[in-house]
Parts: sequence; structure tokens; C-alpha cells
Amino acid sequence: MFEVYILPVLIFVVLGLIAGLLLSFASAYLGVKTDEKEEAVRSALPGINCGACGFSGCDDYAKAVAGGEKTNLCVPGGGKTAQDLAAIMGTEAEDVEKNVAVVRCNGIHGATGKKYEYTGTPSCAGANKYYSGDGQCPYGCLGYGDCTHACIFDALHVIDGVAYVDPEKCTGCGQCAQECPKGLIDIKPLSKPVVVICASQQNGKNTRAACTNGCIGCRKCEKTCPYDAIHVDNFLARIDYEKCTACGKCVEVCPVSCIHRCY
Amino acid sequence: MQNFLLIFFSAILVNNFVLSKFLGICPFLGVSKKLNSAFGMSVAVTFVMVMSTAITYPIYNGLLAPFGLEYLNKIAFILVIAMFVQLVEIVIKRFMPPLYTSLGVYLPLITTNCAVLGVTVLNIDEGYTFWESIVNSFGAGVGFLLAMVLFSGIREKLEQSNIPKAFKGMPSTLVAASLLAVSFMGFSGIVENIFG
Repeated sequence: MFEVYILPVLIFVVLGLIAGLLLSFASAYLGVKTDEKEEAVRSALPGINCGACGFSGCDDYAKAVAGGEKTNLCVPGGGKTAQDLAAIMGTEAEDVEKNVAVVRCNGIHGATGKKYEYTGTPSCAGANKYYSGDGQCPYGCLGYGDCTHACIFDALHVIDGVAYVDPEKCTGCGQCAQECPKGLIDIKPLSKPVVVICASQQNGKNTRAACTNGCIGCRKCEKTCPYDAIHVDNFLARIDYEKCTACGKCVEVCPVSCIHRCY
Repeated sequence: MQNFLLIFFSAILVNNFVLSKFLGICPFLGVSKKLNSAFGMSVAVTFVMVMSTAITYPIYNGLLAPFGLEYLNKIAFILVIAMFVQLVEIVIKRFMPPLYTSLGVYLPLITTNCAVLGVTVLNIDEGYTFWESIVNSFGAGVGFLLAMVLFSGIREKLEQSNIPKAFKGMPSTLVAASLLAVSFMGFSGIVENIFG
């Protein structure tokens, strides 16, 4: 009687009890206490996890704000969220710096060509699976418009084989940048209109062979820039927007005119 | 040593948990859309498999077998595994935050995963010793990882191909999964002949 009926029940009662006690003790003594401010910040954020703030999601950004990060980084939330966050943290509200997307490719028809005839699904992600796409330049825009489908503001359009951003409509949310299989789309401050419209990291000769509009890495811009804001790395010029003043000197000297004042 | 190698490799290739035992199919179909998450999930499953074997083996042999309560093993194992996974989650959240951010999301999903329960029960059924059980669980986890990684690669390609409308989505995924399972049948007999 005891062995068959009562003992199993006893064993399981004891097991369950031990498990329950262990867990409650563990959560009481080992559990991570979440900051009250962090939770308040988290509930003030939009919660769409777009990543435009530079953190891997709203949770991450909330943690950073509670730890003293700037309160004006949430792009979709805009000014209102920035004010809310500032109120929670007890700091002065700052304006959200408006961002805009830019497609770093100028490989229009005529400047570059096709490597082969692609007949699969008309999408950049699809074409990119086959020998990194059908374009001559392995870094360039494929022009099948994955970014245009991702954009909910109708700010991206493929013109002449390359996607262009309409800065009037773009909110800088960064959804398109996540969609581009080439990682061509950068999010940059709206107040700095000078951009390098090329992403080719091949040397000058190979870039030139693939596309006549590509950055050949000649370093003329680097030498000209009075603010030390533009640097050539891997045969590609990159602008540091913290330092750039949009003076436009690099735009004038670029021999392949791949640095543009884009609006 | 040879015995351990035999158990380890046959758990990966011949007795692959997903592809020949058909356990753990829900994460296999659910989390295999992206390579990164498939990898994270598999690592978490491997970790939990080894840990839960290490904890259920003594429970079975120390608590259930002496009193002739072997028939209650599944209930006891579920209870212990669920408790243990929760505990592990709390502990790594506290002491290893980077590990938690990469594995944490998957841990609650695994709590009562059939592959995890399956490996602990099968270890008992096969009559393995403690260390053999551990090796078998680790092999089962690596086999799960192999299946997940292979399949997520196939799925990423499938997403981008022109498939007839009736086969889009789950039907083509299931067809691909069964073809992968058939290809794994080719391993039967190989491992035994190498190490046996």
C-alpha cells in the first residue's frame, strides 16, 4: 500500500516543493533587479525595435538611456519621445537630429554593365545569391528594388538602375538599410548633404573596370579636406559626419565625381 | 574511448534526433528561417540536453529505480528539466549577461522540448552509463545543430526561388525536410563500420 500509492505521491510532492523553493530563492537572491527608470523609459519608447538609435532594440536603448545615454536618439518616436524620455530622466530635452538615408552607389546604366543575364525572382536578395548579383560591380546597387518595397514612406525609387532616396519623404527610420543585401544604404544626418556615392572596396583598376563612376581611392579628397573629415580605407572614401561641415571642397576635387552634394 | 566515439558519431549522423528520430520538429521548422537564430537555438538545445541528462540520470537511478517507480520517469524528468532550465536562465542572466543575450530568448522555448525529454528517456532505455549518457546527449545536440544549420541554409535559398504557388511556404519546406532526412539515411551502417 505505502510503496505503491503513497511513496510516489510523497516523492513528487517533495520534488515539486524543492523545485519551487529553489526557484523562488534563486529569483529572490540571484535575480537581476531591473531599474525602475529603465522600465519607465522602455514603456515610453515606441517598441518597434527598428534599431535606428544604434542599439539592438528598444530594450537595449532603454537600458542605455537609464545609464546616461542621450535621450534624443529615437527616430520614429521623434520630438515627443525625446521629451518624454528627458522628463523621466530629469534632463533638458534636446531636439531629435533628423536623419536621412542615402544609397551609396552611382552605377547607372552606361557607367556599369551586367555580368550575366539574371532570370530568377526579381529581387535584390535573390540576385545576390548568385555570384553576388548580376551587376559588374560586386558592391553596387542591383536595382531590383528590395529597398523600395521596404520603405513605408514611398521615399525610395529605382531610377536608371540605381535606387535613389527622396530626402523630402525619408524619415531616416533605416528599414531600407536592413533590407539591402549589399549594405549600401547609410543613415546619415540630414544637415550634412555631402556624400560619397560609391561602396566599392576594390582597388582603383578593378573599380574602374567595373564602373566609370566608382571611387578609385586616389586620396585627393583626404588631402583636400581642411577638417580631417574624409578618409580613404580599403580604396573607398568615407566621410566622418561628426567632423564634416559640408564645405564641399572634396566635391570639387574628386576626379571621378563620386562625391556629391545630394540635395 | 572507441565506445564513446561510436555513441557520439552515431548520435550525430545515424540516429540524428531530428532527421531519423523525428524529435524536436517544432524548432526545426519554426526557428530555421535564419541561420543566426537556428545556430543560437541549437547551441541552447545542446547545452540544455547535456545539463538535463546530468541531472536526470542521478534522479532516475537514485530516486526512482530503487523504489520501482521507473514508470514515472517522464513526469519526474519534465518537472526536473523545467525547474533546471528556469534556474539556469536566472543564473546566466545574473552572471553571464552576454551569454544571456545570445541564448536567453531560446531557453524558455526549450523547457519542455520533446528532443530534450527524448534524449533523457532514451539514455535510460539504452542502458547507458552516466558518461555514455552525457556523450550521447552532447552528440544528439550537435546532430540537432547540424540538421538546423543545414536546413536553414536550404530554406534561405528556398525563400528566393520560383516555386509553384500551391507549394509556397510550408509545403516546400516539408518536402525539403523529408529529402534532407532521406539523405541522412545514407549514413546508416557507416559509423558502426568505422568505430565498431
